[in-house]
Amino acid sequence: MGQLTGKTALILGVLNEYSLAWAITEALVKEGCECGFTYLPEERMERRVRKTVEPLAPKLIVPCDVQSDEQIAAVFEQAQAVYGSLDIVIHSIAFAPRQTFEEPFSQTQRADFHTALDISTYSLIAIARSALPIMNEYGSLLTLTYGASQTWIPHYNVMAVAKAALECSVRYLAAELGAAKKVRVNAISAGPIKTMAAAGIKGFGGMIERNAAKAPLRETVEAEDVGAAALYLCGPGARRVTGEILYVDSGYNIVGW
Amino acid sequence: MTVTEEAIFEKVKKVVVDQLSVEEAQVKRESSFDTDLGADSLDQVELVMALEEVFELEIPDDDADKITTVGDAVKYIINKKG
Repeated sequence: MGQLTGKTALILGVLNEYSLAWAITEALVKEGCECGFTYLPEERMERRVRKTVEPLAPKLIVPCDVQSDEQIAAVFEQAQAVYGSLDIVIHSIAFAPRQTFEEPFSQTQRADFHTALDISTYSLIAIARSALPIMNEYGSLLTLTYGASQTWIPHYNVMAVAKAALECSVRYLAAELGAAKKVRVNAISAGPIKTMAAAGIKGFGGMIERNAAKAPLRETVEAEDVGAAALYLCGPGARRVTGEILYVDSGYNIVGW
Repeated sequence: MTVTEEAIFEKVKKVVVDQLSVEEAQVKRESSFDTDLGADSLDQVELVMALEEVFELEIPDDDADKITTVGDAVKYIINKKG
């Protein structure tokens, strides 16, 4: 019997087999967790998500554009109808317009700031609100962040601001959801990993190289490492862990020069 | 055409068939990923990632932008691996 046998999870943010949300899914499924999925309601996105998750024959694959409160509410209504309740919710969603990674940070446009913070940060708050009524005690809401929220990293720009706000939201949600229902809220701050999202970031190859050269372990991080950390944070071993930002970055974040 | 070139072409073809869900016969050296094989921008990113995985190499973004046909990919891989 796996450590998550009988548990249910809703995973937001699988796009393809390279997605960190997929690595997390694989780690949870291996321990017996049953997973449902959402996709961005666009044909080319839906096709990719379905192709990736199909082997698991999930009972729930539903559209969810996190910029729509109605769609978020509908997702959790359907999750309740299918699973009754949820133990785990994975939020692996972020977006900023391409130009924000290319233009100087001081040139960030108001509309782009709103888009980045809406999709990457507000979505966690909205999802927490909708998920809470159907989450079980010691359930886990987990999101993904990145160390550019704490220290400057070239090109990350407004997405770094969104991640800083996301990490702060993790703490505020942890305080509320913990007191309300013993639901835990945590984040994994992973080192750079080549995913579809990362492929859009200018100079990403350089980020990976620098990470490997500077990190105490002198190597980069792989998607499976994120899966293993997620399994810990969502599993029984972390039942008293909440509000935490767990670095999975070969130690890069401790280096000061 | 060398044996290596042919072998690499066959391997690239397999990746393209898997990634883009096209028929093997459609994949020729001169086939362009977008117009001939119908790859959208996400497909092209996935394709580059799959090639990196299969051939165990890094393809920087600037190089990836220049790979527009199957033949470009084969040539690039030969140069990198050679």
